[in-house]
Amino acid sequence: MEKIYSAEQKGIKQVKASASTVKFLLDYSKSLKFTEAKGIKFESNMN
Amino acid sequence: MDVQLDDSLLIKRYVAGDEKALEALIEKHNQRLSSFIYSKVNSRDITEDIFQDTFIKVIRTLRRGTYNEEGKFLPWVMRIAHNLIIDHFRKSSRMPMFDGADTFDIFSLISDEKLNAEHQIIKDQIDTDLGKLINELPADQREVLVMRIYKDMSFKEISENTGVSINTALGRMRYALINLRKIIEQNDILLTI
Repeated sequence: MEKIYSAEQKGIKQVKASASTVKFLLDYSKSLKFTEAKGIKFESNMN
Repeated sequence: MDVQLDDSLLIKRYVAGDEKALEALIEKHNQRLSSFIYSKVNSRDITEDIFQDTFIKVIRTLRRGTYNEEGKFLPWVMRIAHNLIIDHFRKSSRMPMFDGADTFDIFSLISDEKLNAEHQIIKDQIDTDLGKLINELPADQREVLVMRIYKDMSFKEISENTGVSINTALGRMRYALINLRKIIEQNDILLTI
């Protein structure tokens, strides 16, 4: 399985996710909080 | 080997609170992951969506502390993307699949393809709008497009009927579609239900 996903992608058009998508992910990460109470993790997003 | 070590180091830093490490991880695998997704879905917009959803899952898993594939970050991320691509095709019904579950439901495979009344009205409106747009095309292009799409004629038949070569007919069809797209884009016309 690892070999399949790690193999070189020959002849495939090379594209990149846009800067705005990357920024969204970084902002999402910063706003994401996990709080643990009695062994249970609660996820919250502080937007 | 170095790449994998770098990944695990970046993951450790990110989990420890270093947001820059996430930026480095995304940047490092951006092109490879995006190109992989694009090669399957062939759309820049859908590629962006799936790339975003993939990394949202990555971020949540890392932050929740449930990531346990030390040293195999890229294959793990590619697998997430792969599953999301399958989800995408399932949702858009372009790849009808039977999931093999014990509780087989025939209605998961068949559906009523008939449009409801509202969609039928919208479709009629779209057909009318499209007809108007086609009338804006140069006569030679319009003639080929109408014969091909509305009369379902082959390019050989179009060629015989219009007295031009098959290649010319193909070229006119191509320019007709290009020009239609231009008109649609320039006027922000929405032609979907």
